[in-house]
Amino acid sequence: MRQWAVDTLTGLKASYSRELRAYFATPLAYVFMAIFLMMLGFFTWEASNFFDTGAADLQPFFYWHPWLYMIFMPALSMRLWSDETAAGTSELLMSLPVSVTGLAAGKLLAAWTVAAVSLVLTFPMWLTVNYLGAPDNTAIFLSYLMSLIMAGAYLSIGAAVSSLVSSQVLAYVIGVVVAFVFTAAGWPMVVGAVSGALGAAAGDLVATFSFLTHFETAERGVLELRSLIYFFGVIALWLALNVLWVSHRRNGAR
Amino acid sequence: MLELKHLVKRFGDHVAVEKVSFTLKKGEVLGFLGPNGAGKSTTMRMVAGVIEPDEGDVVIAGHSIINQPREAQRRLGFLPEGAPLYGDMTPVEFLNFLSTSHDLAKVERKRAIDRVVADARIANVANRRIVTLSKGYRRRVGLAGALLNDPDVLVLDEPTDGLDPIQKRAVRALIARMAPEKAILISTHTLEEVPAMCNRAIIIDRGRIVADGTPDSLTGQSPGGLEETFITMAGTAEADGV
Ligand SMILES: Nc1ncnc2c1ncn2[C@@H]1O[C@H](COP(=O)(O)OP(=O)(O)OP(=O)(O)O)[C@@H](O)[C@H]1O
Ligand SMILES: [Mg+2]
Repeated sequence: MRQWAVDTLTGLKASYSRELRAYFATPLAYVFMAIFLMMLGFFTWEASNFFDTGAADLQPFFYWHPWLYMIFMPALSMRLWSDETAAGTSELLMSLPVSVTGLAAGKLLAAWTVAAVSLVLTFPMWLTVNYLGAPDNTAIFLSYLMSLIMAGAYLSIGAAVSSLVSSQVLAYVIGVVVAFVFTAAGWPMVVGAVSGALGAAAGDLVATFSFLTHFETAERGVLELRSLIYFFGVIALWLALNVLWVSHRRNGAR
Repeated sequence: MLELKHLVKRFGDHVAVEKVSFTLKKGEVLGFLGPNGAGKSTTMRMVAGVIEPDEGDVVIAGHSIINQPREAQRRLGFLPEGAPLYGDMTPVEFLNFLSTSHDLAKVERKRAIDRVVADARIANVANRRIVTLSKGYRRRVGLAGALLNDPDVLVLDEPTDGLDPIQKRAVRALIARMAPEKAILISTHTLEEVPAMCNRAIIIDRGRIVADGTPDSLTGQSPGGLEETFITMAGTAEADGV
């Protein structure tokens, strides 16, 4: 058990630094951040009429996070495993004395780091609301924190999916679809439809599994333990699936 | 030092490796021969712990690849078929990644990287992106990676494929130099280099071992030499066509 922990930590360190380097060695991270920030700015400013709401807070900004993550996070995670499969380097990886859990965690953390950097780069928004009025900065900080954790949940889905296919494009498309399911489950339209068909209890149940529902409270700057546990649970689940799917390939096709 | 026990691997109905067993002692360099699709790479992948055998076990320096995979892999150097590498890294970055994976200490790391860069003769490309390297150089970077942890058991899948004659000779010399301290398993399609590089040869065909002996004894089995022995032993059918 102790040895396993050491091998996991070693694998985590090795794959984290490799993946992080890979993101920044290619234009991927820069292009990702540029487009992500542009889109976030566009939606916040244009679609939510940031200046018209009158209130000095970032709610119209955080409102878009789940939806943009749904589109953008799979783009970050799509290469994590599918590239290894396509290039054959997974074979090299599997011959190293490290645990698959460590490798998977390292990869996830590397993508998460890029997401964190992107989020940090939205600080001008925060400065702007402080210039416009006197927002509750603690609440904003908590919203940011929750948004970062939610980004990890989206990435864990994308990473696990990328271990199932050897094409980045497929990994992206399937990743977005799964992410959409987890997001839209909390959409009033979906919840309404499910409630109508199967009763209110079923509607509430579906909503409980949605990122949207759990992020809603965080948007207002309220940190709910329930939501925190939910997001970390989602990450743990998908990380476990990721490890399982990668290990499973040891049985047959590479 | 390396023991394969009744390895079996099936892909669907197709049996790729059927009860392959042999033992390699320290100092032995085994040439692993066989036609395309015979099961060489599959066997080597099982030895390296990349895929799990359906039956059987591999013991590397006393550690089972099934029960103590990490312990076994610590003592193993593996060059996969085609030498897959991370194109976005330079050879030095790649070797650094491997030394982190092997958990080498800082001082040890520098020394190990310098050693393998010299051994694989990649000093002149050490800081170029791997994507920009020629096939032969990539093979040598992969070889350097396999040697990094100074393993007891070396498994090299077609290490000389794509090398020019000068580099082939250099690799042979390197292997000869390392041989006394290690057990080495090499697959190759270049039969001429077998007597020069190996002190034992195994021919496998359709997943089964069909010949095992010294290169000289296998060469002596047919008037036409090793190539003719190979063809009579293994040339019965296209193994891949099944
Ligand atoms: N992942 C896989 N899925 C299905 N079949 C496979 C897989 N890997 C190998 N095989 C089959 O197993 C057999 C042995 O393949 P292997 O790659 O071990 O041959 P080889 O001896 O290395 O051949 P070569 O000289 O061409 O490298 C082949 O028939 C191949 O088609
Ligand atoms: Mg092969």
